[in-house]
Amino acid sequence: MTAQYVPVLLAFAFAALVAGSLVGLSALLGRGHFNATRTRETFESGMPLLDSSRKRVSVKFFVVAMVFIVFDVEVAFLFPWAVCARGLLAEGDASVLLDGLIFLVLLAIGYVYLWREGAFDWSRRGSES
Amino acid sequence: MWASVAVTAVKLVVVAGSILTCVAIMEWVERRGAAFIQDRLGPNRVGPLGLFQPIVDAVKLLFKEDVTPTAVNKGLYYLAPMISVFVALVTFIVIPFGAGKDVTVFGVPLGGLIVAPDLGVGILYLLALSALGVYGIVLAGWSSNNKYSLLGGLRSSAQLISYELSMTLAVLGVLLATGSLRLDDVVSYQASHVWNFIPQFIGFIVFTTAVFAETNRLPFDLAEAETELVAGYHVEYSSMKFAAFLMSEYMNMVTASALIVTLFFGGWSFPGMGRLSGWWLLIASVAVFVTKLAFFLWLFVWVRWSLPRFRYDQLMQLGWKGLLPLATGNLVWVGFAMAMRWL
Repeated sequence: MTAQYVPVLLAFAFAALVAGSLVGLSALLGRGHFNATRTRETFESGMPLLDSSRKRVSVKFFVVAMVFIVFDVEVAFLFPWAVCARGLLAEGDASVLLDGLIFLVLLAIGYVYLWREGAFDWSRRGSES
Repeated sequence: MWASVAVTAVKLVVVAGSILTCVAIMEWVERRGAAFIQDRLGPNRVGPLGLFQPIVDAVKLLFKEDVTPTAVNKGLYYLAPMISVFVALVTFIVIPFGAGKDVTVFGVPLGGLIVAPDLGVGILYLLALSALGVYGIVLAGWSSNNKYSLLGGLRSSAQLISYELSMTLAVLGVLLATGSLRLDDVVSYQASHVWNFIPQFIGFIVFTTAVFAETNRLPFDLAEAETELVAGYHVEYSSMKFAAFLMSEYMNMVTASALIVTLFFGGWSFPGMGRLSGWWLLIASVAVFVTKLAFFLWLFVWVRWSLPRFRYDQLMQLGWKGLLPLATGNLVWVGFAMAMRWL
């Protein structure tokens, strides 16, 4: 059972090695020879920095992000259903597909409600509120 | 036990090496292809047809001055490119690149040219890890302490929540028809029935669109958007750290194309291949897979130099109002077809 995860461990080790050596090598081989402070300034189209970027940024699409989490969790429930459906269908249990359809209809009700509430139109509401 | 670990390690190195070579070739294809589409020459000085250009680029980037801007958040700034490369390098192990169930190497069954042939969670593993790739971009954007990077990272997260759902639902259609999470089974199902893109054409379109967004390729490369954000999330990166982002983008492209081929175009299978067996089947299947893969890799380049960029609220509208209903419709259709015993 656990033996199937051996390749995963190997891949993780290999990927960590490659990722680490890429960044490490460039730090080792690509040493800067000029200690110019101008080089290390934050990029601002070639002029002195106008403004800090550590400010509050309005993430206007946060409602969509919340909706996404809800829907993503609910779609995760469909995975076991999708994998089992063919086996159950072969045993003559046709109601399994109907169950899936009912679940999707429940999702669709929420989806239609959100659409009508305008949850997906966040970019146009900026001027109103 | 140790022999099978060794075989797995060799397979891993072979597949990863092939993908990294593919990345180098794709860099050349991208530049020459762009030049071809825009009616100019492109890099043609280094080696025949400019074929050694990727090697030269890699060496140059490796020896470039490794600039770390003073304003950055150091830990995360170094971590972000590593996350990107790491994620790009671990996702492909569940994809079957070739057949070969009956091939043994030193008495150890090869189980096909797939690094993790027995992994039961299959595509779930790939979906879970490839979604982590967005952390590399968001962290790079935030830790750079630059407004262009920040906007790039922000857009990248907006992008993730727009396409991920549709992509999952499009994959679910395939899983429903197959009844297994393992991509080996998806391929053998298609070999014995019909390639999935015929009954699930809408699923294929939705999945391909979502995958373009996942790999940050034009028309959805909002995180980079060089005309408005300079270079987006990797403005402040130089030398190999910059190359790490580039490499991971191309590796993700290879993985994504391989996934399209595996899920919808029969993977390594081709009609009439049932007569082959052993090593011949392995070689033929790899050739078939690479041919299919090459077409979709070229599609990525072709689309990039043909279409303009979306705005990120447009992408969100497309994802939520266009792709999501289509993907759900595809799932319902597959269920209906199974109930009618068509699939």
